[in-house]
This record gives sequence, C-alpha cells and structure tokens, in this order.
Amino acid sequence: MVDSRGNSSSPARIPALGVRTLVLVFVSIVLMYLDHRDNHLDAVRNGIGVAVYPIQLIVDAPVRLWAWLGESTTSRNHLQREVARLNAERLLTNARLQRLTALEAENARLRALLEARSKVRDEVRVAEIMAVDANPYEHNLVIDIGSRDGVYDGQAIVDADGVVGQVIKTGLMTAQAVLISDTDHALPVEVNRNGLRTIAVGTGEIDRLDLPFLPNNADIRAGDLLVTSGLGGAFPAGYPVAVVDTVTRILQEPFADVNAKPSAALDQVREVMLIWSAPAADEERGDAAPESDDE
Amino acid sequence: MSRERHSRRLPVIVTLSVGLMLSIMPLPGWIAPFRPDWLALLAIFWAMQLPRTWSVGSAWIVGVILDVSYGTLLGQHALALCVIVFITVRFHLLMRVFPLSQLTGTVFALLALYQFLLFWINGVAGVSASAVTYWAPLVTGTLIWPFLHMFLSGVRYRAQGGS
Repeated sequence: MVDSRGNSSSPARIPALGVRTLVLVFVSIVLMYLDHRDNHLDAVRNGIGVAVYPIQLIVDAPVRLWAWLGESTTSRNHLQREVARLNAERLLTNARLQRLTALEAENARLRALLEARSKVRDEVRVAEIMAVDANPYEHNLVIDIGSRDGVYDGQAIVDADGVVGQVIKTGLMTAQAVLISDTDHALPVEVNRNGLRTIAVGTGEIDRLDLPFLPNNADIRAGDLLVTSGLGGAFPAGYPVAVVDTVTRILQEPFADVNAKPSAALDQVREVMLIWSAPAADEERGDAAPESDDE
Repeated sequence: MSRERHSRRLPVIVTLSVGLMLSIMPLPGWIAPFRPDWLALLAIFWAMQLPRTWSVGSAWIVGVILDVSYGTLLGQHALALCVIVFITVRFHLLMRVFPLSQLTGTVFALLALYQFLLFWINGVAGVSASAVTYWAPLVTGTLIWPFLHMFLSGVRYRAQGGS
C-alpha cells in the first residue's frame, strides 16, 4: 500500500502524498465519529486488540516474572508467619461469615414479609491486573479476562476493601476498566449510617473522591462510610466505596465541600474481583455510561 | 530487490514494536505523564530517513494500533501521526540537511502539533485531562530526540551495512 509507487520519480509522488493524507485524515474523522457516537466499531477494536495482546503480554511478563521470583524465593520463616497470619484471618472471617449466613436468612425472611424482591447473590470472579499502562487521559487499568469469559461493558469491579471501578471496553482476552477516581466517573452512593443518597465524583487524584451535590445541612460527617446505593444499575448495592475525609460547610455556598478517601487501594491492587449480578446484567446497557449517572 | 526492501523494513518494524512496548509499559504514577511519545518520535525519524518505505499509510496503521492499545477514540492517534508524518515526508530532504540542534527544534514543533491535535480531538469528544498530560511528553520527547536520533541512525547504518 505504501510502497506501490515507491520507486517512481519524486515530483509525481508529492501530490499523491497529499491526497493520501487527506483521505486518511477523512477516514480517521469518520472512525472517530462512529466510535464516539455508538459502539459500532467493537468488532474492529477486538480484531486489532487480539493483535496487540502478545505485545501486552510481553510488557507484562517481566513484572509477572519478578512477582513469581519473589514468591518462590521467600524464606521458610516468612512463609510460616504468612500462613499463621492467614489462618488467624480466616478464623476471624469465618466467624463473621457465620453471622452473615444468619443475617442473610433473616434478611430474606423480612423481605419476604415485605413482599420485596429478594436480593440476588452476586457472582464473583477474580481477575488479575496486567502491568500495562493504558490511556494517558484517564485513570484506568487493564485486566486479563475479556468477553471470552463473559465480561461486559459497565461491569462492576471491586477489590477486597471496596469498589475499584467499572469495565468500559471489553476486548476478547482483556478488558479496560475506568477507576472511580477518574474525572469522568460518577458513582451513586449512600451514607451507610443514615441512607443519605448522593453521587461520588472522581477528582483525577487517586486517593480522593468529591461529593459535590450535598447541601450544607446534609447529615454527613468525617468518618462516614459510603456504600454503593445500586441506583445507577451498574453497581450492585452495598459495596463500600469510600470513607468521608473532610466536610467543609461554607455558609455562603449552597453546597458543602465534602471529600472522601476510596476504601480500595486503587493504585496498589494486583488482583480484583468482577461482579456478575443478575439484576444489573438485565439493565447494563441503560446505565453503562458513567456520566449518565449524575443528575 | 525484495531482499533490500526486507532489510529496510525490518529495523522499522522492530523499533516500532519496541516503541509500542515502551508506550504501554507501566511507570510509577508521578512519572507516567512524562512518558515521551515514542511512536511519534519513531514515526518522524523513519519518515525522514525512508520516506518511500514508511509514509502516511503505515503511520496511520500504527496510530490505529496505538488507539486500540490505549483505548482512546479510534482514529485519534492515527490522525495525529498521519499529519506529522505527512509534514515530515514533505520536507524530508530539508530536514536531512538540518544540523541536529535545528532538527530538534523542528521535532519540537512537530510534537507540539501532534499534542495539539490530540488535545483538540479530546476537546471535541469531551475528554478532560490535565494540562501536564500534553506538555510533559512534549518536553521529554524533545529532550530525548538527539539521543534517539543518534541511536536510530546507528541502527539504520548497521541494518544497511549488514545486507
């Protein structure tokens, strides 16, 4: 394509170059338009994504190798301590889980009494984050499972401590997710203490979320836990999101200035969990776009 | 003939693959915005040296691949790369005789245009990013150009000498 007339004389080549550039610029604009308006180009993206996958693997390999080396050369002493710690942790978690089973049964009973739809148990799968930097304009990450494993756009991602983000682009073998700290991401949350609902907006800083829509007299204070409210439809309800850090009430302003710190370690996670929740899967299309949540 | 063409293309493909790897390699948070636009720098170099083998079409394909691996708007980097490669090919004879300092200045202008196009498209598409994501790669890219230029000239010389 490029070299077909490569050996013709120079003056004849220059106009062809201009025409070719114009055509390519036009094609790019059409592509961008289509890509921006709808997701018509998912097939194209997936096709090229498969070609890029080996390169991503190569980039990821040294990090993986380093982790593997670290794992396989830890001392026996260290491992024993680790096992002891994990055992203690498991005991604690198990104890809590026992209570959870009882609570779940009670919850289902109460909901049945209220004739409310009972909450569906979420399906979870662990994914590993690939050591690949993606889009320089967004806070995002690349995970090592894709549509082949049933990942879909808008799917919620959590780690052990809280919500991490949601899937925005699904490739065949990898998927890209936007973090809740991205400036374009808004997440419907509620205060765990009193059920006050609001929106948590990313600030572009990895350790800070903004709650811009709370009036001055809202009942919120530092230390409050924010959990997903499930209203957006993309995230199942009840996952911890952030802890309120500072509340500044300025009398002249209509809204309070509230900052929160994400519970999940957004910049340190290596393994995340993807959630398949039945009700969310039905209406994934409607609220997949993060921006559509903030109204 | 085909052997000669092969020996011309191989270094281009190899350096571009390495460039793509460098573009998606993870960097610590504070340093990540300073990542130079490796593919833009490589595109300028090869367009200057081999304008017949490597021109707007190949640059466009590389741009689309970059768009897919970044997850940006499909066609964004393709358009920007295509435009700067067009300018480079158009003036490649002039740029070849530039002394390195002047060439670095030209590369700065091309990179600025590249970033401006990306910024513009982001603005139209409603993607907001801090100013440092546009300015930092411009500075680091320009600073790294003289070294990259020397290195790539060496690569090119060896690849041709070897065939």
